[in-house]
Amino acid sequence: MAGLRWFALRKAIAAFLTIVAIVCANFVIFRIAPGDPIRMMFRDPRVSAKQLQAMREKFGLDKSLGGQFIAYFKGLSRGDLGLSFSQRRPVAEVLAERIPQTLLLVITALSIAVVLGVALGALAGWRSGTRFDAFILTASLTMYSIPTFSLGIILLLVFAYHLAIFPLGGIVTPASGFAGFAYAKDVLWHMFLPAFSIVIWYVGEYVLLTRSSMIDVLDQDYITTARAKGITEFGILKNHALRNALLPVVTITGVNLGFAVAGIIEAETVFSWPGVGRLVYDAVSKRDYPLLQGSFLLFAVSVVLANLAIDLIYGYIDPRIKVRD
Amino acid sequence: MGLAGLIIILLFLIAAVFAPFLWTVDPERSGEIDNVLLSPSSEFWLGTDDLARDIWSQTIYGSRVSLTVGLLAALITVVTGTLVGLTAGFYGKLIGEALMRIVDFFMMLPALPLMIVLAAVLGPSMWNIIFVVSVVSWPTTARVVRSQVLSLKERPFVEASRCIGASNFALMFSEILPNVIPLMFAQAVLMITEAIYGEAVLSFLGLGDPTTISWGSMLHFAFESGVMARALWWVIPPIASICALIVSFSLLGTAISDVLEPGYKEKRGL
Repeated sequence: MAGLRWFALRKAIAAFLTIVAIVCANFVIFRIAPGDPIRMMFRDPRVSAKQLQAMREKFGLDKSLGGQFIAYFKGLSRGDLGLSFSQRRPVAEVLAERIPQTLLLVITALSIAVVLGVALGALAGWRSGTRFDAFILTASLTMYSIPTFSLGIILLLVFAYHLAIFPLGGIVTPASGFAGFAYAKDVLWHMFLPAFSIVIWYVGEYVLLTRSSMIDVLDQDYITTARAKGITEFGILKNHALRNALLPVVTITGVNLGFAVAGIIEAETVFSWPGVGRLVYDAVSKRDYPLLQGSFLLFAVSVVLANLAIDLIYGYIDPRIKVRD
Repeated sequence: MGLAGLIIILLFLIAAVFAPFLWTVDPERSGEIDNVLLSPSSEFWLGTDDLARDIWSQTIYGSRVSLTVGLLAALITVVTGTLVGLTAGFYGKLIGEALMRIVDFFMMLPALPLMIVLAAVLGPSMWNIIFVVSVVSWPTTARVVRSQVLSLKERPFVEASRCIGASNFALMFSEILPNVIPLMFAQAVLMITEAIYGEAVLSFLGLGDPTTISWGSMLHFAFESGVMARALWWVIPPIASICALIVSFSLLGTAISDVLEPGYKEKRGL
């Protein structure tokens, strides 16, 4: 077990260092913006130079770069992510409000996508070369090539507007006064299309991955041995092939979370789902840099932490890790 | 299948290069107020948008942006990624490890938020889009090239050259690099699809170059106009074009990989 603990420790330290690097990068990116940020904030030419200077001091932009950096760090440790220009509220507050909706959408969509994608991919790989496999392969390649926002727009127009089966956006029907079960149903009804948009791309990717991995695994000697031993096909699939095929899939899941973020941003924007992804779009349109900076930090750190969780899971399920270190 | 992809790409290339001759008008010129949001007709082949601009022209000219960004960003990505991967794989130990840590860091950053932040900060222009897309894509190439270099490094022909007294530099570029080129091609095509997608998303979100019409910005205007649902002719051409171009480059990529690496298709079960 010592190997596992050492592995976990190493991964945790790496994650921590990455987060520190992200925090620094976040600072640097927004300071290298060409042009004076105060001028960007207050473009109205009627604002006097004195008022601009006062603003500069208020935001701490009159200090040296080093001074600003320290102030930034101090603020972060207090949970202060700055003030949103467009909403006139602390960024942290705005983000906190939106996180639950995004979590709901992303956990639902990803869970469905992973289960479906892995199942179909494993089956396709198992039956590689058959018409079923060819069909799944073509379908997945197509699904993988359509940008999520494009698919979202099509779904919105076809199913929400023209066929009116689903709502046009948002998370609940406004002023409906639903409560309890009716409320939950309303949310699910609103969540269907955005989740579906995210699921499609993800399923495509997971099918391709799992299928590829399964094909590689089936080539291995231990599968031949298992067959020679007389184990049933299903037994082989369950106990030998699937377990090993899933390992690379778990690894890739970590890397993929970055793409999940893209899917969230796109789907939330198209369907006006009130989550952090939609917030990014709003921040961009309103040039609300503190909000943009805060959202970026949130996404980046979440991805690192999620990766850490997945690495630990991988370490737990792959017996080679425990022994190796 | 690869051939089908190639044909589609060529069609778009023709559209991009010969745009002015393909029965188009200036895509950015707003038209008469009577011509706003017309459905496809013999005068406006794909209809008009909310500023009475011709959608056929926009679609044709839009291919210029997608292809330019796609090809240039892919070029920069592959060159950068290969240089880093080559150096990291070849020199190993301190330099290699340090480079890979940087690569890992970049890979960890979520792509779209990073692109959005950089694009927002740098300002909307096509060159910034190309830069931003490259920043996000080069780590994958670096990683892939480095693995290849690591395995090539141990091969006898490298050792043989070293015995003759070839310098590190010569080894890297005359011995190992030529063997990495097939991989670079495969990566390049993949990066093209990523770049086309990246430009489309950024433009859709409003971070594209405001001085040029691209498929993504067409969708941005359609989405923002509020009348998107009533003007399917505005929405379908750009979406179809984006998907067609991405799919055709994917098919081309698979075909190229199969040619350069015999058995690629069987290995992947394609």
